[in-house]
Amino acid sequence: MAALIQAVQVTRAFGGLVAVNSVDFSVRRGQMKALIGPNGAGKSTLLNLLTGITPVTSGDIIIDGSSIRGRPAFHAATLGLARTFQNVRLFENMTVIENVMVGCHSWTRQGIASGALRWIGHWREERLIIEESHRQLGRVGLEAEAGADAASLPFGKQRMLEIARALAGHPQVLMLDEPASGLSTRETAELSSLLRQIVSEGVTVLLVDHDMQFVMDISDEVTVLDQGRTIAEGTPEQVQSDAAVIAAYLGTEPN
Amino acid sequence: MLRGGKALLVLGLLLLLQLTVDPNHYVSRVLLLSCFSVMLAVSLNIINGYAGQFSIGHAGFYAVGAYTGASLSHFGREWMEASLGLASFPAWLADSAVLLAAVVAGSVAAAVAGFIVGLPSLRLRGDYLAIATLGFGELIRVIFINIDRVGGARGFSIAPINSIFWIGLFTVGIVWLSRNLLNSRQGRALQALRDDETAASVLGINITSYKVMAFVLSAAMAGCAGALYAHFDGYLQPDSFNFIRSIEIIIMVVLGGLGSTTGAVIAAVVLTVLPETLREFADYRMVIYSALLVICMLVRPQGLLGTSEFSWASLRSRGKETGGGLA
Amino acid sequence: MQEFLQQLVNGIVWGSAYALIALGYTMVYGILRLINFAHGDVYMAGAYVAFFTAGALGGLAMGSPAGALVVMLIAMSGSGLLGYGIERIVYRPLRAAPRLTLLIAAIGVSLFLEYSAQLAFGSEPRLFPQLVPARTVVSACGVVISNQQAIIVAVSLALGLGLQFIIHHTSMGRAMRAVSFDREAASLMGVNVDRVISFTFVLGSALAGAAAVLVPMNNPQILPFMGVQPGLKAFVAAVLGGIGNVWGAIAGGLLMGIAEIMVVGYLASSYRDGIVFAILIVVLIVKPTGLFGSPVTDRA
Repeated sequence: MAALIQAVQVTRAFGGLVAVNSVDFSVRRGQMKALIGPNGAGKSTLLNLLTGITPVTSGDIIIDGSSIRGRPAFHAATLGLARTFQNVRLFENMTVIENVMVGCHSWTRQGIASGALRWIGHWREERLIIEESHRQLGRVGLEAEAGADAASLPFGKQRMLEIARALAGHPQVLMLDEPASGLSTRETAELSSLLRQIVSEGVTVLLVDHDMQFVMDISDEVTVLDQGRTIAEGTPEQVQSDAAVIAAYLGTEPN
Repeated sequence: MLRGGKALLVLGLLLLLQLTVDPNHYVSRVLLLSCFSVMLAVSLNIINGYAGQFSIGHAGFYAVGAYTGASLSHFGREWMEASLGLASFPAWLADSAVLLAAVVAGSVAAAVAGFIVGLPSLRLRGDYLAIATLGFGELIRVIFINIDRVGGARGFSIAPINSIFWIGLFTVGIVWLSRNLLNSRQGRALQALRDDETAASVLGINITSYKVMAFVLSAAMAGCAGALYAHFDGYLQPDSFNFIRSIEIIIMVVLGGLGSTTGAVIAAVVLTVLPETLREFADYRMVIYSALLVICMLVRPQGLLGTSEFSWASLRSRGKETGGGLA
Repeated sequence: MQEFLQQLVNGIVWGSAYALIALGYTMVYGILRLINFAHGDVYMAGAYVAFFTAGALGGLAMGSPAGALVVMLIAMSGSGLLGYGIERIVYRPLRAAPRLTLLIAAIGVSLFLEYSAQLAFGSEPRLFPQLVPARTVVSACGVVISNQQAIIVAVSLALGLGLQFIIHHTSMGRAMRAVSFDREAASLMGVNVDRVISFTFVLGSALAGAAAVLVPMNNPQILPFMGVQPGLKAFVAAVLGGIGNVWGAIAGGLLMGIAEIMVVGYLASSYRDGIVFAILIVVLIVKPTGLFGSPVTDRA
């Protein structure tokens, strides 16, 4: 089956430091895939490469059949990619619902004239955007906070808001960078069930984390990165018993 | 929102003013001057407030609009009268036609300038962008000083067309458009890139084109104001569009609250009317403004209103919450 | 050719003043990442201090090199003090604020100084007294250099070298470089950041004060708004040379002075300001780090 996301021999160097080194990586449609590895393994860099935020030094990234190499960062979103960030990046001067409304950008079409002159198309689309935003907020349990300032939410809710914002764009793939970090046990459990529900709706999910436990419970397939290279790939069980993985985790980071 | 009934109300009111008030009376001149301030402050707010870029050359766009509009009516009126048969129209209609043509030309020319100035915003940020826009503003001024056809440094005199109706209508229109923009798909995209460019681009927002769009739109509005101003005053001088003029507009936007159209309108009116009514303090005017600006940055950098907006709806809902039934 | 050489000399003299003012911009930007819009007005204040000092000293300051030196030192102290005050009262409380807030505050300070000066000293130009009577010192191949021009270039060069010495061969200079590289790390290493920043402002402002005594030798009018255009142009010079870079500021200042004088000489004086801003825009778009690169990496 064809991969939805395919990274072919991707390399990224920052000066002399090679953060990602000739990595082949793919995500199949409908999968819940995880990308793990110790701190500094190059996970976040690979994610930035996949979403086009950081350009590749060499290699190619193909999303749903078309390459994003050399394309601006917003291009990946138009191919159905959405992501969250390790240290939550909300639009802090906007309200909770406005954040999610911005998320609807990629499937809405009304132009500047329509919005500024309040044509009928604007109202029609605005209604859809508001409905969709409320639906996404309801799904992550933030309906009550819709009118609040995004910056005023506690951290756990900010993470949920970021996910709702990403989902509002109706992505084919949702990529999450360390979504469980900074969350309480209860919040992590809620996140797990939310992610399962998202996958069941047909959205492909790519999780990046260094927390093995959280990832192993919910993913179908795991890729392990260490020092910029892929060192193992397989089901959670296979990866957990892999000698190279154990060495990488024990060798560089005791937990 | 300004639809149907309200739009008619505004039109009727402006027509009434046009027919009953002398536009050259001292009070009406001050109020019309504050209309220009409002147009400038509200348009600059799109770049500096909504989109979070920092332009300090807004007077340049104003100048482009003013000179283009003035040139069109000065050099083109005869042609329009001859070929469009304008001469046979009643004077007010002919004047309005010329004025509208000037406004369109001024807006388009300023929009083109805005496009050119907006391009460096793709590469430059913050203070570097500020200084680039300053450079463009000054350059535009120097260019007009060196064009002899429009009087150069001596200034450019044209036949004035002072119309309360048109100035009022375009002021209301610009405020209306700007408010609409804020709560639209494009306006939200601008605010998103202001808050976090990376996060915005990941959601599919083309940062590049939105930044340029903010410049084009804002410049077009300033150009419209410029063309109207040229006909309001009948005399243009390059040095009246200098750096200090740009800074005055910034003071209005910043004191009103970057990002708040309501704040920009209030600050523009207050900062135009106040110095006129307190003539004896004229010498202190800019000293006080600048001190206010510094104190505002130290004490309340978000400006008086922050990013909040006035709306009838919020007043009504507040009334309901406190149990005050207006129904 | 002869005319060209004369223009070149005039351009270098004119550019020396830009270079001195540009040094203040470049130092402050290097350390705070702030375009100190008020810097041109510190220069203006220096000119007024010099004007009143020379007036008070009367005949004592005229004609003797010692008298001129005293006037310059007092102007430098006055400017230095003003620079210190501005940093202490306005910029320091805003150090953690967004850079745009700081920039707006700087614009505010600049306007405040200009209009306060207008209120205090009136808007009519004052005529600066001739501290050193003009005399031709070099006249070769038809190129004429006056003693005033020679003094302007020599003093600027000496101050530039002095600054270079302070930055590279004193402990305060090392601290300045450390703070400019990484303020937080420098503070953790025991550098007194507040003191270093104050020192930078005093030094940069004093250089502007020196320029304020040198420039009137050429162009004796002093006005409340005299700092605006030189300030902007000196900033452009700093950007042109690579902001944060001392030699870059000097080279940028000289280039700017030469370009301006050449435009006036060969085109028209009304394009004088235009050329400067045209250079600025081209540099910003083509190579924002300036001709000589710079240690500044963050343009955000």
